[in-house]
Amino acid sequence: MNFAVLQFPASNCDQDAVHALRDVLGHSARYVWHKETSLCDADAVIVPGGFSYGDYLRCGAIARFSPVMQAVQQFATNGGLVLGICNGFQVLCEAGLLSGALIRNRSLQFRCEHVYLKTLTTDSPFTNQVPEGKLLRIPIAHGEGCYFADDETLTHLKANNQILWQYCNAQGDVTEQANPNGSLWNIAGICNERRNVAGLMPHPERACEAILGSADGRLIFESVIHALKSKTVPKAA
Amino acid sequence: MKAKIIITPKKAVVDPQGKAVQNALEHMGYSGINAVHVGKYLEIELNGADMETARRRLDEACHRFLSNPVIEDYKLEIE
Repeated sequence: MNFAVLQFPASNCDQDAVHALRDVLGHSARYVWHKETSLCDADAVIVPGGFSYGDYLRCGAIARFSPVMQAVQQFATNGGLVLGICNGFQVLCEAGLLSGALIRNRSLQFRCEHVYLKTLTTDSPFTNQVPEGKLLRIPIAHGEGCYFADDETLTHLKANNQILWQYCNAQGDVTEQANPNGSLWNIAGICNERRNVAGLMPHPERACEAILGSADGRLIFESVIHALKSKTVPKAA
Repeated sequence: MKAKIIITPKKAVVDPQGKAVQNALEHMGYSGINAVHVGKYLEIELNGADMETARRRLDEACHRFLSNPVIEDYKLEIE
């Protein structure tokens, strides 16, 4: 499979994403600079973490207008798979490809630690390989990861099974103590209605090798690969 | 022409920055503060003289980009 990993000015998790996809999982991954207007033959797009444009104005607010995002919008409209990680999640929310917004952590602290994630549904291209009941141990590193959406949106997300991951403790309980940033409903990641675009604040690309403390992140990428292999998902034009 | 834009968090959004500032003010001895909300202020200098067109375009810019309607409100003044 061919992965396109976007690069905005001040993205800094692009190399980790390419390393995970190419060196660990053995697939083709290429960088796509934010000024490019084509995704070439990408099967899936990763919008990586970082501090694009210095987080100026709002996180992801400027990156969403980068030329490459028009190609990403078109790719998503055509049903292509897009995964936003951390700043990438922020960019996708700003771009309107995902609902809601990410704001400053409730504690005002930058939280850099491993968290546990409960996967709420395996019915998505991003979670289909997660075994029933398996908690994902994945690192976070963010100061503005508090997920916010109004009540109507939250209800809609829940009704449509669009909440993919919630922060939980080691026992799988979704509690306030297990919430590192104040996200409403402990939401760590969501997908769109069509289920082809997803975003999460934790970094699965930093949890693909046991030596880094956890290899649970592989399950998210393996889900994408499984979805691509098992059905006709359009390639980028 | 100069546009002055004030962007504030929506009431429904928790504003921990505002709370932190409020706590600090109270610790400094300033009493009677019910709430603090921290926002953003932008000044945009424009050429041209057509205020109505400027207002319309800036409203659009505020809605599309300068503020995030999911979490923020904005007030636009042009002088």
